[in-house]
Amino acid sequence: MRALFFRDLALALRAGGGFGLGLAFFLIVVVLVPFSVGPQSALLTQIAPGVLWLGALLACLLSLDRLLAVDWEDGALDLLATSPLPLEGIVAVKAAAHWVTTGLPLVLAAPVLGVLLNLAPSGYGVLVLSLALGTPALSMIGAFGAALTVGIKRGGLLLSLLVLPLYVPTLIFGAEAARRAAQGLDPSTPLFLLAGITLAVLAAMPFAAGAVLRVNLR
Amino acid sequence: MCLRAIGYGCGMELKVTDLAVGRGGAPVLAGVSFSLPGGQALVLRGPNGSGKTTLLRTVAGLQVPMAGQVHGAEDRIAYAAHADGLKAALTVAENLRFWASVFGQSDIAPALAAFDLEDLVERRAGQLSAGQKRRLGLARLMVTGRDVWVLDEPTVSLDAASVALFADAVRGHLARGGSALMATHIDLGIEAETLDVSGFRAAAAQMASTDEAFL
Repeated sequence: MRALFFRDLALALRAGGGFGLGLAFFLIVVVLVPFSVGPQSALLTQIAPGVLWLGALLACLLSLDRLLAVDWEDGALDLLATSPLPLEGIVAVKAAAHWVTTGLPLVLAAPVLGVLLNLAPSGYGVLVLSLALGTPALSMIGAFGAALTVGIKRGGLLLSLLVLPLYVPTLIFGAEAARRAAQGLDPSTPLFLLAGITLAVLAAMPFAAGAVLRVNLR
Repeated sequence: MCLRAIGYGCGMELKVTDLAVGRGGAPVLAGVSFSLPGGQALVLRGPNGSGKTTLLRTVAGLQVPMAGQVHGAEDRIAYAAHADGLKAALTVAENLRFWASVFGQSDIAPALAAFDLEDLVERRAGQLSAGQKRRLGLARLMVTGRDVWVLDEPTVSLDAASVALFADAVRGHLARGGSALMATHIDLGIEAETLDVSGFRAAAAQMASTDEAFL
């Protein structure tokens, strides 16, 4: 398990691994929003939490189709499936590696990019907290979607369509928590709901993804 | 000739009884029976598309049989398919070490030596030739510590010298009490029984129900 995790990290960080793709996309979205909205700092402050969350979600989505497809194409997934590792564990570990290489950089970059969107000072802490709580769910749901579409050539479109509805609750509560904090309100209710969703996803999705993968590998 | 020290489940034979296998819900082979005791090899033969790969995938547990049973396969099979599952960005040693640790092993030196990969350990797998990649893919078998090798066309893109290396590796594996089930067209010079799968072609009338994919 640990070997798989570190292999995935090494692969993501080496040339052609796709590390930084999500981060660059996040940066582009957040940098371009002020240009498209215009020089109205009050409006930017108002939409900043939502834009940051949406940017992080789309950046996460962008890197999902590599999560299992690469291993499927070069045959490693078949070999892993015949190894002593359970498929549920393989999917969970790959989702964890995906989070470390995609979700975690987004969490760390969000406060810096918040400055570009004139985010209210009271919102920074909760923004980072909500992203830290929510992005693991994005990676795990994404791994489930990747398991559903593994074996489909250019399955990226189908993957996005399948995964987006499942991302909605995380997006709603995550952005809501960040917005409430930015406006000086108490963000604890959406944060608890966000944490609940993430825990439920982490508990259930590996089994769903493992079952789906078993069918798809046939 | 049974070495328990290296973890081989000696005395256990792989037994396949009345197996029917299919691809995409359509039966390909039916009524396949054989047994493969430790120390022996079985070579599958048959024309392209006759179902050798499907049979091997079923024995390896990647597919569910449509009928019949596979006994003695649990946690004993090392499977090698057409694709080697190598990561181009990792070096030869990193690739092998990864598979060794997945299978709970640590020593990759014998595998490197057996397939003459010692000079290439620091080379990225993406820079290897097709034959070198294949050798690395086959060296993976030796770091699994599993005693039943299930091999699908193992000699593709190997030159004569490499085929000899591979034959030696299989011979060593059999001598340690392991067994090998392989689909291949060339003669490895190994004492092995042959099973021609074209005799087990499933009748077209035996169409499977359409919900096979969900079972």
